[in-house]
Amino acid sequence: MSDDTHTLRRDDAPVTASKDTSAERALFAEAVTIARPAAELYDFWREQTNLARFMDNVVSIEPAGGNRYRWTVKAPLGREVSWEAEITHEVPGREMTWQSCDGAEIDNSGKIEFVDAGKRGTVVRAIIAYEPPAGFVGQMLAKLFGREPRIQARRDLHRFKQLMETGEIATSARNRRVHEERYGRDGQPAGASA
Amino acid sequence: MKAIAWHGKHDVRCDTVDDPEILNPRDAIIRITSTAICGSDLHLYDGYIPSMQKGDILGHEFMGEVVEVGAKSTLQKGQRVIVPFTISCGACYHCDKHQFSACENSNPADTQDIGRELLGQPMSGVFGYSHMTGGYSGGQAEYVRVPFSDVGPLVIPDDSIEDEKVLFLTDILPTAWMACENAGIEPGDTIAIWGCGPVGLFAVQCAFLMGAERVIAIDHFPRRLELAKQFGAECLNFEESKVYEALQDMTGGIGPDACIDCVGLEAHGAFADNIWDQIKVSTFLATDRAHVARQVILAARRGGRVSMPGVYGGFVDKFPLGQLMEKGLTLKTGQTHVQHYTRPLYTAIAEGKLDTTFLISHTMPLEDGPEGYKKFHDDQDNYTKIVLKPGMERAAA
Repeated sequence: MSDDTHTLRRDDAPVTASKDTSAERALFAEAVTIARPAAELYDFWREQTNLARFMDNVVSIEPAGGNRYRWTVKAPLGREVSWEAEITHEVPGREMTWQSCDGAEIDNSGKIEFVDAGKRGTVVRAIIAYEPPAGFVGQMLAKLFGREPRIQARRDLHRFKQLMETGEIATSARNRRVHEERYGRDGQPAGASA
Repeated sequence: MKAIAWHGKHDVRCDTVDDPEILNPRDAIIRITSTAICGSDLHLYDGYIPSMQKGDILGHEFMGEVVEVGAKSTLQKGQRVIVPFTISCGACYHCDKHQFSACENSNPADTQDIGRELLGQPMSGVFGYSHMTGGYSGGQAEYVRVPFSDVGPLVIPDDSIEDEKVLFLTDILPTAWMACENAGIEPGDTIAIWGCGPVGLFAVQCAFLMGAERVIAIDHFPRRLELAKQFGAECLNFEESKVYEALQDMTGGIGPDACIDCVGLEAHGAFADNIWDQIKVSTFLATDRAHVARQVILAARRGGRVSMPGVYGGFVDKFPLGQLMEKGLTLKTGQTHVQHYTRPLYTAIAEGKLDTTFLISHTMPLEDGPEGYKKFHDDQDNYTKIVLKPGMERAAA
């Protein structure tokens, strides 16, 4: 083997697929392809209050001045947790990054990209970093994200896709009672229309 | 309303449950007039398909009358419709390519995870067929909620065409047609079809319509083989004859140009590999009894085609992958893209090119559904197809 192999330190896979990402700060990416133009998807997402329409755990997103928004999210035992996040950088129609503000109980940041995918539409990729919670408060907060943050993000992206492509969010429930049984009284919305 | 619900292996019941409602703008509610028990329902009945829950309403072959519509449905109250078993949004990349059973949106986000774990990619939504396909209530009921009703249902404009003629547009007729398309039939071909259940019997007709010169049908139920013969097939009873030897001889040593497996994961027969599979399946070392999957590969001619409309659920032991490769076979399979086929096949029925009603051996009231499952399961020679009718008078005991 020549020394050249040493220069090939990384393959072409995204860093989020790495097997040796340090655990100090959890990092993951989820992507979904949506058969709509990037500009349309970006504009819908940039109107941050829209996100509560398909994000399962989000109760509300309120403007908090400038590029800041106050997120209110469901927590266990019927509680709610709230923090502010700021859009720190944006390229209209392409991408935006956010960072939670000082005082957030889970420090989180990330980037959402809208990449043109030709006849397939747009690849929407969320790259999210957060401090894995520690201690009692941390564990409680981990629960507030529902299952695992990554699964939550994947499902939210799929509901975003459903809403943008079909105008509604799929539910398999037979009627409202079954819907509430499966998703909770104020769970994932049915009847949404973009 | 009354509905046929799954409660466990060999335990289906006629339950009284609350009615469906419109939940999304593109929904419609259908009052069921006819609904059939499908061979693939027996896989649920036998407990082979994972992610079933007690109380799940069964049924994915149904038709009826539109009684309620959401704001964005294109249907109108009073219309008579058949409803494809696959639920498809019509707007995603796969629906746009007419690969409707690969729809990306009809399976809710949370239940997509089951298919992702088991198959690598989630499945589309399907009526009454486990939570892996969404957990939608099926149509063996008085009423059903139909999502994306502007995409799936086909309006049957001609009231003089009875339910029995068009009901099978919902699943088994398009399934047989796609199976024959997947077999790449060319004029003059010899096609071998394993399984003379409803899909196999329709596939015999479809194969001839596509130009096959000979069709050889394989089963062990005499009555079903007799039906295949009526449509021009040559018959092989695997209890009387060695299938591989017979096929090689009947094709002059070449092998059939295409083999179609209309059996799937619950192959019958006392073959060594089948017995081995049964032991492994019963001890959870494998999931499927795959005798037919192996035999179609061994029987096909070199460079030939294998089509698998039969349902498989998971892992198969001793799959002849090397034989598939060395013989240069093409293997095609998949759940049916029903919406792609409903219109042309409706025309074929209306013009009398395809006979569908011959299949129905029994018609029963919906309430007798549990008995229907038992009979269809235990007496396959006489019960070729059962149609359930909500509102039909029950026979005096």
